[in-house]
Amino acid sequence: MSGDPIVRNALSVGVATGVYAVSFGVLSVAAGFSVVQTCVMSLVCFTGASQLTFASVIGAGGGVAGALGPALLLAGRNALYAFSLKGVLGGTVSRRALRAQVVVDETTAMAHAQPTLAAKRRAFDLTALCLFTAWNLGTLVGALAGRGLGNPRDYGLDAMFPAVFLALLAPQLRGPDAVRAALAGVLVALALVPVSPAGVPIIASALGAVPVLLTARARRAKAVRV
Amino acid sequence: MSWWPVIALCASAYALKALGLVLGERLDRDVSERWSLQIVVVPVLAALIVVQTVTTGRHYALDARTPALLVAAVLVWRKAPFVVVAGAAAGTAALLRVVA
Repeated sequence: MSGDPIVRNALSVGVATGVYAVSFGVLSVAAGFSVVQTCVMSLVCFTGASQLTFASVIGAGGGVAGALGPALLLAGRNALYAFSLKGVLGGTVSRRALRAQVVVDETTAMAHAQPTLAAKRRAFDLTALCLFTAWNLGTLVGALAGRGLGNPRDYGLDAMFPAVFLALLAPQLRGPDAVRAALAGVLVALALVPVSPAGVPIIASALGAVPVLLTARARRAKAVRV
Repeated sequence: MSWWPVIALCASAYALKALGLVLGERLDRDVSERWSLQIVVVPVLAALIVVQTVTTGRHYALDARTPALLVAAVLVWRKAPFVVVAGAAAGTAALLRVVA
């Protein structure tokens, strides 16, 4: 393995994602999608949680309209991520359009965990490369192999993703503002879990940053006046 | 299965990503601090960690994922390498499930 921590971290995120992709492939074919349709979804949609939800609702007989709503609520946080990645997703219009496609939890968290803009860009691109490769290879394997490959939960992988995101969030918790925003986000999300569809608590947690943004703006306005 | 569900999902998922990118580029003009937009993701990641650990669907659930996250938290605090944090969390949850 490489001695470069960004490469190493990107590879480990990729491996874990690949295992999840296998279970998406299995689920999607079982829900009635062809192998080609399943692979096209992973290539073009490229949003794990949404794809899994979409396939399982359709597999359970929920219909396309019924599946699209929950899937898009889960995909909604990618809009927030892309919004936050201004500057990181640099380059020409076509480069930015291409990078927008790979804005997901893992690429965003990896980018923001880095201290400099150059490192953020590199972490974003490398994670995107590993993730995209692993997600699509895993999907193909799952779609072709079908059942009998085991459940990611048996390997504890469902517990691995929060741990990975915690390792990536930790360097971003510099100063009381960031800690306050994080705690507020957790409270908003936990309060909404029992009363809202999946995806909504995560999107709404962004409100935790509002007090910090407002005080920063007030501070700046004051500084200008003085 | 017809192709239109696939197309609908793919098109709308990309539209959301592109929308965020375009809005970010529009709105950041008057915001000078480097972290100003990054701060939006801090509560989202924090919420993602907790929701993925202590909830299942619309219910709160304390299971093998919680001790796994606590192990990860200690390792992150001790500045353990990323791979160790990830492996220890997965190992803790898998082991607890075998024992249970």
